[in-house]
Amino acid sequence: MAIHIVDRRLNPGSKSLENRQRFLRRAKALVQGAVKKSSQDRDIKDVLEGGEVSVPIDGMDEPRFRREGGTRDMVLPGNKKFVEGDILPRPNQGGGRGRGAGEGDSEDTFRFVLSRDEFVDLFLDDLELPDLAKRKLAEVETEGIRRAGYSTSGSPANISVSRTVSRALARRVALRRPRPEELAALEAELSDCSEARRVELLAEIEALKSKIKRIPFIDPIDIRYRRFETVPKPVAQAVMFCLMDVSGSMTEHMKDLAKRFYMLLYVFLKRRYRHVEIVFIRHTDRAEEVDEQTFFYGPASGGTLVSSALQAMHDIVRTRFRPADWNIYAAQASDGDNSYADGEVAGRLLTDKILPVSQFFAYLEVGQENGLSYEMPNSALWTLYEGLRASGAPLSMRKVNERSEIFPVFHDLFQRRGPQERTAT
Amino acid sequence: MTATDELLFQGADWDFRTLQRICDACEQVARDELKLDVYPNQIEVITAEQMLDAYSSVGMPLFYKHWSFGKHFAFQEASYRKGLMGLAYEIVINSSPCISYLMEENTATMQTLVIAHAAFGHNHFFKNNYLFKQWTDADGILDYLEFAKRYVAHCEERHGRLAVEHTLDAAHALMSHGIDRYPGKKSLDLRAEEKRAGRRRAHEESAFNDLWRTVPTGPAKSNAILDVERRRQMLGLPQENLLYFLEKTAPRLKPWQREILRIVRNIAQYFYPQSQTKVMNEGTATYVHYRIMSRLHEQGRLTDGNFLEFLQSHTNVVFQPEFDDPRFSGFNPYALGFAMMQDIERIVTNPEAEDREWFPDIAGTGDPMAVLRDIWANYRDESFISQYMSPRLMRHFRLFHLHDDPEERAGILVDAIHNERGYRRLRRELARQYDVGFIDPNIEVVDVDLAGDRRLMLRHTVVKGAQLSEADTKRVLQHLADLWSYDVSLVEADASGTTLKEYVAHPRNIAVAA
Repeated sequence: MAIHIVDRRLNPGSKSLENRQRFLRRAKALVQGAVKKSSQDRDIKDVLEGGEVSVPIDGMDEPRFRREGGTRDMVLPGNKKFVEGDILPRPNQGGGRGRGAGEGDSEDTFRFVLSRDEFVDLFLDDLELPDLAKRKLAEVETEGIRRAGYSTSGSPANISVSRTVSRALARRVALRRPRPEELAALEAELSDCSEARRVELLAEIEALKSKIKRIPFIDPIDIRYRRFETVPKPVAQAVMFCLMDVSGSMTEHMKDLAKRFYMLLYVFLKRRYRHVEIVFIRHTDRAEEVDEQTFFYGPASGGTLVSSALQAMHDIVRTRFRPADWNIYAAQASDGDNSYADGEVAGRLLTDKILPVSQFFAYLEVGQENGLSYEMPNSALWTLYEGLRASGAPLSMRKVNERSEIFPVFHDLFQRRGPQERTAT
Repeated sequence: MTATDELLFQGADWDFRTLQRICDACEQVARDELKLDVYPNQIEVITAEQMLDAYSSVGMPLFYKHWSFGKHFAFQEASYRKGLMGLAYEIVINSSPCISYLMEENTATMQTLVIAHAAFGHNHFFKNNYLFKQWTDADGILDYLEFAKRYVAHCEERHGRLAVEHTLDAAHALMSHGIDRYPGKKSLDLRAEEKRAGRRRAHEESAFNDLWRTVPTGPAKSNAILDVERRRQMLGLPQENLLYFLEKTAPRLKPWQREILRIVRNIAQYFYPQSQTKVMNEGTATYVHYRIMSRLHEQGRLTDGNFLEFLQSHTNVVFQPEFDDPRFSGFNPYALGFAMMQDIERIVTNPEAEDREWFPDIAGTGDPMAVLRDIWANYRDESFISQYMSPRLMRHFRLFHLHDDPEERAGILVDAIHNERGYRRLRRELARQYDVGFIDPNIEVVDVDLAGDRRLMLRHTVVKGAQLSEADTKRVLQHLADLWSYDVSLVEADASGTTLKEYVAHPRNIAVAA
């Protein structure tokens, strides 16, 4: 009897991927809650790593008819000292003693591991790009072309040879155009044949020739051109400007809050655009573009002029990121200090130069740990931006004091809204 | 074939030629010495991930899609990754050819063990045990699963994923009550089932005529004619196969829903013998692998080192913790089954006076394999234990019987121990633990109120005071009501007929009933 040995190791694994997706879909609300909870006590970088979550098993279990209670009989191994008729005290809760068959384990939570993609998907699931960004996306200027079948007119450069020839062939067959071989055969016969036959042949040859002339090899009606259509091509790249005040008044805690916000924004944009660039601009009383390391950890000191950063951003946009080709996002973090005289300049820069080209501009005011921001008077910058917003500038602004507030604030900024509230933020 | 004293392999590494040699050697022992009768074997080497996949679809190579399998997969994957759970070395499928999955990370010794265990031990049991012969169709199961998978996917396309999911949820909840426990008139032929489903659909489509809808029907028969007895007879009541009953009589199910209930029911039926023969099945496989491995070692085809490696995992497999051990979680079917098989071999070849008194039919007959093959073919766990558990084995396991009556304040009574007075009672109680009739709650459809509100009436016959757990029961009844699409009531009554508790469920207005 032959035994078949089959190597299945190279077969596609993850056969149960679809089942898993169904499970996640079904448990979505629960898993989402768990994801948010678990993301609060993680570093934002780690948020993206996926990992273990636990969901309550309620609503996910599969009920069966089960029995409980009643008198129980059990036969157990390992008797050491009992004799018939002994009465044993009941163990507390009866746990651990031979349970009746068919009882499942009664864990009340259910832990399992989510992959990175699943985690991010659930994490950002109910968020969307702000309305403004969408409008911009719809009216992109670049256009691409794409093939759209064949047409009977067009420029000679676009003739589709294969299509033309095949149509010509079909036509020739349909109209029974004589093939050159037939003509050649008749002509060969002509060279040695009787006189009577010769006349016949000549007439036949004449008929064939005139038919060939009447039915051209390629007729203008055979010709087909490749057709192209222009289609609007959405801009698939985005640039994200991180503006941060690094003057002495910004503590490590504040920078940490800002960093978390930037990370979230980055992840969020990354999922929607094929290509995302980040520009870090830090400023004191003057602004400079720096790398990430310097941005978050480089020492700096000086006064505070917000307009310098806005000016720097404007310059970079003008030289490197044409608004037609790039979706521009900006997030500014600051403790709210700004020199009083700078307010007007900054406001003008923002409304005239920056906001018209940006999809989204968020201002995040970071405060001290345990600070009660709502009881403090509004900062200079907050007052300024508040004023701009009141006059209709599309700005989003929030205050944050604690790490745990970052996600809610982010969530709040990007959450999916009903149509009527859209204009509110 | 190579000379028998040549080593099969050395060390732990193996390749496919090694596997082939191992299979040939095992087959030789199995066929010539143990005289096993097996389905053709197909051995498939898979990775750990694929093993996890197979776990989550109840070990079958293909299955329809459902979220609950995803849940099991997620759970098992998590505990596997945390190291809480090792994976089985193999999975074997009762089909013809008999498919055994081997994990690629097993050592050569483990592959030998696994091939002997699954491809010969389990395989012989599947092919010869009467329960498997009666209830399963090894030739057709893979085709049927393929059909089920396609059919469910097709339904999802046509009727929406959600509606199919609801139906499957409900069917799964009732799966343990979708089994015919007594052999019916005809044996199950899954291939014919599949053809029948196709024919029925084709006929319905070809014979469809919208005019029939408009033909006036005759006057309804008077209710008085249908007396209770006749009604119950027509509905085939009482009926303990709830899924069968719903499939045939639920008033508002659509044809595809009936077919899905049928699929779930057929699959449940396919697994029914496995739950009744855990001890015997594992005992057989363990006994066979032990015999084959020992023989290969005697023949000089396994090194002493490899044989010790085998003995170590074998010992782990047949380890039975005692009741006060923290590792104790009931009887280990491998341990119990293997011990009994070995004990029978001893009784047949080298009986003592006690054995001659207890087992006059087999004691000293001298051919253990003949006796064992007969037992493997004709018993299930319950009957096997109640006939072949020997006093010597009860002493070896130091068995005792506890009787726990919650009414009894003083505590738990030790009712019998491994002594002259206790042997028979111990054996009877232990066998009862493996009796499916006692494991699953006994729930039947007793009546349908056809004259009134079409309420479906169920009864749970309470045995030994064990009632249904309330939360679960409510949910299962909800599913049942959704399928039935009218009210469903369940009465729990004890043997004397006293009603202990009553549940009523109303159908939800969801896609299932729509």
